[in-house]
Amino acid sequence: MWRLAGSLPALVAVIIVTFVLTRVLPGDTATYFAGPTASAESIAQIRAALGLDRPLPEQFWSYVQALARGDLGMSLTTGQPVLVDIMNRLPASAELTLFGLLIAMGIAIPLGVLAAVKQGSLADHLCRVVVTAGVSLPVFFTGLLLVYVFYYLLGWSPAPVGRLDAFASAPPFITGFYLVDAALARDWETWHSALAQIILPACTLGLFALAPIARITRASMLAVLGAEFIRTARASGLSSRTIILTYALRNALLPVVTTLGMVFSFLLGANVLVEKVFAWPGIGSYAVEALIASDGAPVQGFVLTMAILYVLLNLTIDLVNRALDPRARHS
Amino acid sequence: MSSSTLRHARHVVSENPVTGIALALFTFFVLAAILGPSLAPYDPLASNTMRALQPPSAQHWFGTDQIGRDIFSRVLVATRLDLGIAAASVALVFAMGGFAGLASGFFGGWVDQLVGRIADTIMAFPLFVLAMAIVAALGNTVPNIVLATAIINFPLYVRVARAETVQRREAGFVDAARIAGHRDIGVLLGQVAPNIMPIMVVQMSLTMGYAILNAAGLSFIGLGVRAPTPEWGIMVAEGAAFIVSGEWWVALFPGATLMTAVFCFNLLGDGVRDIVDPRRRT
Repeated sequence: MWRLAGSLPALVAVIIVTFVLTRVLPGDTATYFAGPTASAESIAQIRAALGLDRPLPEQFWSYVQALARGDLGMSLTTGQPVLVDIMNRLPASAELTLFGLLIAMGIAIPLGVLAAVKQGSLADHLCRVVVTAGVSLPVFFTGLLLVYVFYYLLGWSPAPVGRLDAFASAPPFITGFYLVDAALARDWETWHSALAQIILPACTLGLFALAPIARITRASMLAVLGAEFIRTARASGLSSRTIILTYALRNALLPVVTTLGMVFSFLLGANVLVEKVFAWPGIGSYAVEALIASDGAPVQGFVLTMAILYVLLNLTIDLVNRALDPRARHS
Repeated sequence: MSSSTLRHARHVVSENPVTGIALALFTFFVLAAILGPSLAPYDPLASNTMRALQPPSAQHWFGTDQIGRDIFSRVLVATRLDLGIAAASVALVFAMGGFAGLASGFFGGWVDQLVGRIADTIMAFPLFVLAMAIVAALGNTVPNIVLATAIINFPLYVRVARAETVQRREAGFVDAARIAGHRDIGVLLGQVAPNIMPIMVVQMSLTMGYAILNAAGLSFIGLGVRAPTPEWGIMVAEGAAFIVSGEWWVALFPGATLMTAVFCFNLLGDGVRDIVDPRRRT
């Protein structure tokens, strides 16, 4: 409960910043809504209609009230309320991001552990290369390279056209994650189609998130393996398998969970670029389309959604950390 | 730079040949940024539809794009803009974040509270998304990308400068300067600031690669630099449409150049850290 209250300041800060970015700074919303040919009079009219002529605290209050009602404005491009659009597209982004994170953790944690256990081995060198190269990769470029190799050259993966190929239809909505929904509906054809579409963008994101996770796993595993309780466990004659997997890894994972906050900050940003490359119908490509059409409300809605999601993710990470680490509960 | 520092630098480079390679690449990129426009074999903006989408050849080393512009010339000329944006934003955040961190570590109290709040607010956003929001709100111009890139790096600089300042706040030389009659601001700028400078330089070289990536990413989604200006991010975006039909060179060369530049700066950052601050070697 206290942790929930702890993330309130971040939430308030996020709302204030989005308000400032959209209302206070140059770039007159009324002129924009009125269009290029509008007269000064009609701009003033629109300004009054939008409430932009009222004092700032009053505008802020009505902004917060609108947010509380879930009113993020209308998208000029789709003609729908922004909240509806975002809710429709959020599962696509979430599925992609989580799948990417799973791939990254599935590779990075074993790699980091191996690099720490066998220092100077092939795995250690591989880990070092991955850590340095991984942070240098522009995600939008690696995504394109993967498309070129696996779609154009090898023909293994389908064209990058979204979540399903043209012939498959979306599974019945349960969670919004196509892989989960199709499996629940036992529609394996759709499941295969969804998997084939998601694998490349998820790998692109995974490659990107690999580096920080591998780096921190290796470092914290090295620190734990040097600790006295590990020496004691060794001296007691426990097998090295038990020592590494049960004693060391569990302790080494705490810093890894903490780093996930930073990893998510990167992932949510990279998500926008990857969605554009793979025409993935998530909220990132929604924001990019709106940016190109200079449609303001969806962009604001997107920024706010991402920021709120990020605050919630950090809160979750904090709670997980508490569940894993008894010390954190008492501090 | 004293002779022992130089000797140490030479030792680091010989110990780790990768740093040497990064240094050579860095020199190459800086030369390309300075001389690029005068070395380019073709006008980076001149189109020639007769020669559109040609694969790499002796005349066009990197091939030509959809309207027949020479990709090699465009990649070369873009170096100045891409590195310029990154360097400007790193210099800006060095000034802003460095000073804010110094002040917050030195004075503590409400200054520390205020700076900490600002940094926390920035950290509450996914950083690339915040950069998108800033450029979208302030307008689609190069100075705004510089500003946005500087702002998202601000918390990092504040944290480093503050931690280093706190360590030195009570140091003997600070007391000596106070007793000698210097005012706070004099002690801060004259005594503490020069002492945290090496760490800040390491920080700058470590964030340079990220700044290049960030600016190119913004251009890739249509924020920031606008076509037809040659810029690596835009060129990759333009080439993206041709990847599925097999014209790989349009996106590959600008993308690979971008990647090499970022890689080079990251390696160099590690090298500079090894030279300046050997304790933090990994």
